[in-house]
Amino acid sequence: MGLFDSIFGTSTNKSAALAKERLQIIVAHERGSRRGSGPDYLPALKKELLEVVRKYVPVDQSQIKVHLDREGGYEILELNITLPDEEPRSGRN
Amino acid sequence: MATVIVVTSGKGGVGKTTTSASFATGLAQRGHRTVVIDFDVGLRNLDLIMGCERRVVYDFINIINGEANLNQALIRDKRVENLCILPASQTRDKDALTKEGVERVLNDLKQSFDYIVCDSPAGIERGALMALYFADEALVVTNPEVSSVRDSDRILGILASRSRRAEQGEPPVKEHLVLARYAPERADRGDMLSVEDVLEILGIPLLGVIPESQNVLQSSNAGVPVILEDGSDAGAAYSDLVERFLGKNLPHRFITSQKKGFLKRLFGGS
Repeated sequence: MGLFDSIFGTSTNKSAALAKERLQIIVAHERGSRRGSGPDYLPALKKELLEVVRKYVPVDQSQIKVHLDREGGYEILELNITLPDEEPRSGRN
Repeated sequence: MATVIVVTSGKGGVGKTTTSASFATGLAQRGHRTVVIDFDVGLRNLDLIMGCERRVVYDFINIINGEANLNQALIRDKRVENLCILPASQTRDKDALTKEGVERVLNDLKQSFDYIVCDSPAGIERGALMALYFADEALVVTNPEVSSVRDSDRILGILASRSRRAEQGEPPVKEHLVLARYAPERADRGDMLSVEDVLEILGIPLLGVIPESQNVLQSSNAGVPVILEDGSDAGAAYSDLVERFLGKNLPHRFITSQKKGFLKRLFGGS
């Protein structure tokens, strides 16, 4: 800070605003990935659900999406399975 | 029923031990039976800050291993009644802190104390995890600086997922923000994160703002918790913090800058 600044109390240095903006982005990102990783049982749950579904419908690993969300005091377990077209099914039985 | 409070931060050097020492001393000054435990195995420092380093005979690990009993290891503070210090071991490594061992010692301490203050080591390794695992409440010490705020957020995530309360589905650990080394005039100028900025990012209630102060270094030089230094602004801020923790509704001090006069600006002085 120059003499002028120290006398009149002005400053062009507003680095705190930059710090805040960077923090908000990185903290939101890291909180997101903490949530995304979910509890320990999530990978196993996903695998077993897929096995059950596969008993009836041939679906691919990539066609099942498990997502856990926390909102207020409760958690939402979202399960998305994309079923294949009719054709491959006719091959069974 | 005793309350277990962890003083934690993630990042090192932000004021955990200074806060633990003054917070525990403040609770004891107000008549609460208080013990403060150093969890920084291998790098103990609480004894130095409390000024009892030459009185350490047995330590936390000795008790966990059954090599000494609590009465042999607890150091009774000479200045303040109702205050005891349990030092960390300087020679063992952090693996000596077992969950079962720590729990047993805490349960024993709960019989004779109202507040158990756990001074966490920096980082998120075993020592830090053990310090926060059994906590009922947490003082998250943060400096108005990017790496400290980010690490505090990380610690808040760990408190919410890996504490005993989280694992057992009990009510969550009660979180308090302690903003230390704050320089209001720098925040006013816009080159330091303000109290409001940090609160907005971390989103936990503010327990106290400790101003950047020469008294902190002076009191650690002397081995006296800064809360015992009369006339020190940091000490006054810690006293307020303790009162607020105990339920008193006090306005925050030391968060606005003292306006300097024209002459003082011209001729310096802080």
